[in-house]
Amino acid sequence: MVTEVERWKTEVYGAEIREQLETFAAAGWASIPADERDAWFERFKWWGLYHQRAGQESYFMLRIGTPNGVLAPGQTALLAEIADTYARGPVSNPTFGDAYLDWTTRQSVQLHWIRLEDVPAIFERLEAAGLSAQQACGDSWRNIVGCPVAGKDRHEYVDALPVAEGLHATYKGNEAHANLPRKWKVSVTGCREGCGQGDINDLAFEPAYVERGGERVRGFNLRVGGGLARNAPRFATDIDVFVTPEEAIAVGGAISALFRDHGDREDRYSARIKFLMDEWGPERFRRVLQRDYVDWELQPAGTDFRAEYSYNAGDADGGHNDHVGVHPQRDGRYYVGLNVLVGRMGAADAAELARLADRYGSGEVRITQRQNVIITDVPEDALDGLLAAPLLEHYAPDPHPFMRGSIACTGTEFCSLSIVETKNRQVRYARWLKEHVTLPDGVDEFHIHLSGCTASCAQPQIADVSLRGMKTRKDGEAVEALDIGLGGGLGAEPQFATWVRQRVPVDEVPGAIRNLLAGYDAHSREGETFRAFVSRTDEETLASLLEPEETSYTDPMMHNTKLTWYPYAADDALAASPAPAHADGSPIEGDD
Amino acid sequence: MGTPVRILDDGAWLSVDGTRRVSVSELWRLDSPGFCGCDLVSFLTRGFTAAAADGSVITLTAVGTCIACGAAGTIAHIPVGRLVGGRFAPLDRQGGPLTPPDRAPGNTGRCR
Repeated sequence: MVTEVERWKTEVYGAEIREQLETFAAAGWASIPADERDAWFERFKWWGLYHQRAGQESYFMLRIGTPNGVLAPGQTALLAEIADTYARGPVSNPTFGDAYLDWTTRQSVQLHWIRLEDVPAIFERLEAAGLSAQQACGDSWRNIVGCPVAGKDRHEYVDALPVAEGLHATYKGNEAHANLPRKWKVSVTGCREGCGQGDINDLAFEPAYVERGGERVRGFNLRVGGGLARNAPRFATDIDVFVTPEEAIAVGGAISALFRDHGDREDRYSARIKFLMDEWGPERFRRVLQRDYVDWELQPAGTDFRAEYSYNAGDADGGHNDHVGVHPQRDGRYYVGLNVLVGRMGAADAAELARLADRYGSGEVRITQRQNVIITDVPEDALDGLLAAPLLEHYAPDPHPFMRGSIACTGTEFCSLSIVETKNRQVRYARWLKEHVTLPDGVDEFHIHLSGCTASCAQPQIADVSLRGMKTRKDGEAVEALDIGLGGGLGAEPQFATWVRQRVPVDEVPGAIRNLLAGYDAHSREGETFRAFVSRTDEETLASLLEPEETSYTDPMMHNTKLTWYPYAADDALAASPAPAHADGSPIEGDD
Repeated sequence: MGTPVRILDDGAWLSVDGTRRVSVSELWRLDSPGFCGCDLVSFLTRGFTAAAADGSVITLTAVGTCIACGAAGTIAHIPVGRLVGGRFAPLDRQGGPLTPPDRAPGNTGRCR
């Protein structure tokens, strides 16, 4: 029997949701019949709207997909304006204030505290500028990711940007692919360094070549079934298929159609294509794809560059782990990657980012999968001016490793699934570590990813230190805690982190990381990377090095932040929530 | 038609009659001796996989972890509230103990 979500999707889904959404917006949030809210909130995700958690009813997170993370000139300024105008809640965030936007690990943008009544005006402004929230969430093609400097990078083997844009143009709003069994995450990369993180996507296009008639033909090898969520992480599986850039659009749709027809619609927890790949294996998958979904003969996989992959490899030689810093483009200009700690940027800062991109670059801004931003197309003689801009003191192109390596998901501030507070906590962790911990000689990059739950939106399993939300008891009280994993990363030999310590109280985590790094410094071999050290050290020894310890670090959010209506409110009790609220912020009476 | 009882947002909520009533990330005390060796399970709920109305009793099947011993797995049919006059009346989940049926189908536990 299909799930209730599938039944709702059968009734109304895809583009047709928009008309009803606008009707509700015109009449106000309270006009949604109480017995239809569950269904409509599920459907609204297709248009990028996610109802915020308990205590925040009537407010939405709005996600805007930006294919390959590319923001064209003018779009960053618009996003800043929209955040400033509409993304304002009843209470400020103590670290980030009011009106901010989040750059995400899927190269998208998220705004919070959005009122349904404002959505039509927001959509009108976004769409007039070539942006959209369509399919940013929901069971369909999500934002397509890739190397954030596609089309500009010196390391690019094949230009992937036209393929990413072609897939986006073909399958966003395509009725045949609008209702899939579950989310559909695609990565397209032409870069030789592995920056697209294809291994953790449902479908990955990775650069490769074949020899035909004495000619070398450039294109992509395909991998299927990667993903991190639900305690079931998988690296995408090689299905032994090579496609040219011209074939890529069609084969992307063919695999999406296969997923549409064969994915599990009876159990959402087994619906992602990784579970179909578990069941079928790559040979059967390829056979069904060839037989039922493409009308040309699939070519075997070509020669790839995976042995060269250095991105997030931890032990790379000559590669890079992110796009922060000043780097030459192949056209002689430069891109300047700026570190955005945990991906959150105030609206005023985003407006200034847009101004700097206009002034010193082409106006284009790109979003990376490490929650950072890039100003592209900067002529050499403009670099000094850009690097002297005050904004870069905070969003640095040369940040401290602990600031540079930090990623955090949304957390209990807004998210329904998260178990712990994340973004503000990761800011506190990074600042404390920067002040109190010295990295061993030779370690200038170190990734710490904090995810509030097993959904793994912060991609914790592919970090040097993986932090995942938990709870424990301390001095008899239930407190927020983290499981800690070590040694994850991508590169030529991708590896998920090993979970070494469970249920460490959040105030003892910085001390544990300090002790771990001291142990690494003391016991590692000459020139041995952290990842290599973790790999050769047994779990018991790692656990002993990762000794939790109270330090000067203090954590103001030890309590159960999920039981608050907003963890940073002066009166954070659920009963004190001003939600649900009318468009002017006044509470809607009598609605529980 | 009965009162709608369902899981929302991919396991984040129990919704009863269109209102979100129970959230993941709560810590429950369970009398579920088959799950782990603890006298009472201190069960951190990490995801809901099924909801049901058994007469007037609302039950959840939840994936979670005992934060005392680290056992992780699924416990089925945990009673979390009742329908009284069509409205949801919660049980004391933190204080409990809640008592799911022993050895219910689908239960798994793994001590570590």
